[in-house]
Amino acid sequence: MAAGPMRMRATQGAGFTDIRVLMTHPMETGQRKDAEGKIVPLHFIQNVTVKLNGKVVLEAETSQAVSRNPVFSFRIKGGAKGDKIEVSWLDNKGESTSTESAVA
Amino acid sequence: MSQQRRQFLRRTGVLAAGLVAGLCKPLLALAASWNKDAFGAKTVADTLKGLGATGAATSMAIVIEAPQIAENGAVVPVEVTSNLPGTTSIAVLVEKNPFPLAGKFDFMEGALPYVKLNVKMGETADLRVVAWAGGKTFTATKEVKVTIGGCGG
Repeated sequence: MAAGPMRMRATQGAGFTDIRVLMTHPMETGQRKDAEGKIVPLHFIQNVTVKLNGKVVLEAETSQAVSRNPVFSFRIKGGAKGDKIEVSWLDNKGESTSTESAVA
Repeated sequence: MSQQRRQFLRRTGVLAAGLVAGLCKPLLALAASWNKDAFGAKTVADTLKGLGATGAATSMAIVIEAPQIAENGAVVPVEVTSNLPGTTSIAVLVEKNPFPLAGKFDFMEGALPYVKLNVKMGETADLRVVAWAGGKTFTATKEVKVTIGGCGG
């Protein structure tokens, strides 16, 4: 399975905005074997960046121990309706994807 | 005719090169840091050393929410909240995994010290969370019993 698109939802909570993001990624551990008994090489997301209205508010480094098709929840202080949230990731093969959404 | 074709090729060639250069730029900008020492460590002690978090004090202000028993080790939901004032980072470790460190989250102005993610667990183990606050490190653990491991396949 190849890396694919992302989905994101940003909703307002009590005094914060909840960002829920779903990434499509195999997150191979480098320990799994395929049907022919060959080891599937490491392939995982290394960096995740969250931006609020163009400003970086969260940076994450991740490993292959994160589950396949990762789902993350992050929270930002306050947040108003219409604020622009951008989330991007970069994996160990240099592939990257980003998605943008407004706070609902 | 062939002259036109040559010109066309030359022009599209320049255009393509320009496009590639333009596409490469944001990629380079994205190439953020990744702590090789901590992520490549095979023991909890080495991971903590790689993170610069040896001698972290146990803290009740770090709240770890995870199932007591996880049926499927491939997807174990973990929710972490730090109630330590001035928390800047949170790291999540799975103690008995081949490489314990699952992720490190750095919070800048505007973000709350909270994260929820799904991790893989090879076997029953402690989840360890390290939090950085006010220049000091704090830690907390929670055991998760795993019925089916999630590292093989």
